[in-house]
Amino acid sequence: MILEVEALKVEFPTRRGTLTALDRISFSIAPGEVLGVVGESGAGKSITGLAVIGLLEPPGRIAAGEVRLEGRRIDNLPHEEMRRLRGRKIGVIFQDPLTSLNPLYTIGRQLEETILTHLPMSKADARARALSLFREVGIPAPESRYQNYPHQFSGGMRQRVVIALALAAEPKLLIADEPTTALDVSIQAQIIALLKKVARDHGAAVMLITHDMGVIAETANRVAVMYAGRIVEIGGVREVIHSPQHPYTAGLMGSIPRISAKRGRLVQIEGSMPRLNAIPAGCAFNPRCPKRFDRCVVERPNLMSTGKEGGLSQAACWLHAAT
Amino acid sequence: MPLLKPILSLARVSRDFDVSRPWLNRVLEHEPKRTLRAVDGVSFSVEPGETLALVGESGSGKSTIARLIVGLYRPTEGSVAFSGRRMQMIFQDPYASLNPRWRVRDIVAEPIRVLHTKSRVDELLVQVGLSPDDGEKYPHEFSGGQRQRISIARALAGEPDFLVCDEPTSALDVSVQAQILNLMSDLQSRLGLTYLFISHNLAVVSQVADRVGVMYCGRVVELAPAAQIFTKPRHPYTRMLLDAVPDLGMTGKPRTPVAGEVPNPLAPPPGCTFHPRCPYANERCRTEVPAVINNVACHAVEEGRI
Repeated sequence: MILEVEALKVEFPTRRGTLTALDRISFSIAPGEVLGVVGESGAGKSITGLAVIGLLEPPGRIAAGEVRLEGRRIDNLPHEEMRRLRGRKIGVIFQDPLTSLNPLYTIGRQLEETILTHLPMSKADARARALSLFREVGIPAPESRYQNYPHQFSGGMRQRVVIALALAAEPKLLIADEPTTALDVSIQAQIIALLKKVARDHGAAVMLITHDMGVIAETANRVAVMYAGRIVEIGGVREVIHSPQHPYTAGLMGSIPRISAKRGRLVQIEGSMPRLNAIPAGCAFNPRCPKRFDRCVVERPNLMSTGKEGGLSQAACWLHAAT
Repeated sequence: MPLLKPILSLARVSRDFDVSRPWLNRVLEHEPKRTLRAVDGVSFSVEPGETLALVGESGSGKSTIARLIVGLYRPTEGSVAFSGRRMQMIFQDPYASLNPRWRVRDIVAEPIRVLHTKSRVDELLVQVGLSPDDGEKYPHEFSGGQRQRISIARALAGEPDFLVCDEPTSALDVSVQAQILNLMSDLQSRLGLTYLFISHNLAVVSQVADRVGVMYCGRVVELAPAAQIFTKPRHPYTRMLLDAVPDLGMTGKPRTPVAGEVPNPLAPPPGCTFHPRCPYANERCRTEVPAVINNVACHAVEEGRI
């Protein structure tokens, strides 16, 4: 396993008490594997990514649990060491490529500097590597675009530049937070194809955070579904999408509009996700759950095997409790 | 289809925007004025009681058309004719479209301030799935989905028969989006509303639309009943869009990625604006703008090449 997260708990102390943004979540990602992390806004997807790379905004803090990269614990590293590790072993791709690029430097210079910071190389070699990375991520005629500034690129091309930057030091782990959300559908498909290719060719572990189930369906090998700061279901992408085991996942899948020849009604989950300061006791989903019974209101379910996929599929739901 | 009198019709509507640099720069640098044609000769009509959806990528001119229809912009050329009773608009961002200092009751009552009664406002709130008590609260006390319900209640206050909905669910989470789409469809059948529904999301459109217009670079390139668009798309751009949508059924299947990007609207390619990305483009496509024939604007379709 490249990344292992174990019982990770993230808290935000506020004047009105401590909010638990992530409540004991555990997952792992193998080399070459793409783990999709889905959920609606406020479910804790992005916080998970930020906690892994050590970029939680204070006062947010990791209150319990461990994050391990290639077996080594990284959640308690000093800032400086973590910063070096980030460019070198962990590549990060955010939603808005403009915020990840410096508008005052040419893209060639930005990539070259990133390479030189992390890899022992001569300037000429760094330039050659930068050009080959630009070629790999599909920027046409990289030699002529090397001296261009970020504003001279379209949104899709900028996202390619950001991916090249993330790959600069051959990272073991790539974290992509909504990498296609700001892009048009036709460009989105190109970026998805690129991410998949990168995971395969470089053998990197990819954590793909998105609210878009369609993107997950096409890119991920496994999916973790989040709700109110917890993972409610985790399993193979096909199984989670086509036979969801948690009532929330089932409702979520039904509410996703699909292309069909005729108009129809969508499945709807009543209500909305609780705010962090009002998470109900027991299962966080119980007030909205059509299958709720007594135990759900009082006792919190942890992830348990659903008996599918030889024990790899897990859901946090009392419906799957061995009786 | 029985020939109803359309509730709305657009005839060869175009809209230009002046994007010139400031006067002094133009004079000093001998630059001409520059205009951007956001909507280019668009004609279509909407039948009473139907949902017509316009889809397209960013910059295709969808939102400009919405604004032309409700009168926020004037057309540069062409005309917009409305024969319904009243129209209203629902906006994309329910955070920006509600006044944070007003109580929900006053927001909803604003269009009917002269003759509004408490019972009418209560009725509107109940109609969109809120409770009469919610009228006393302020917008910040509501989630995104509930705010969009408030916008819908406000839009319905003046008893419109035609609603222009510009990306009404794009800012919402999927489960909330489902609630709002279902609500809109219930209201349509209960109140006999006509919708012009603007969205970039083809899957959403396929759930709500009776007919679909596909826009590219300011033109409607294909307009057809939804069933036809989603099963037998004719224009190469429509086909490309349908191929590009990430789909739940696609787990693990390879796909052919789409080539190229939307051209710069300041310097659109000559001829058919889609020709640089089109696998069927020939010499004629590069020089001659295709006319809309049988609801498709494509030389290759017209010549029977595809």
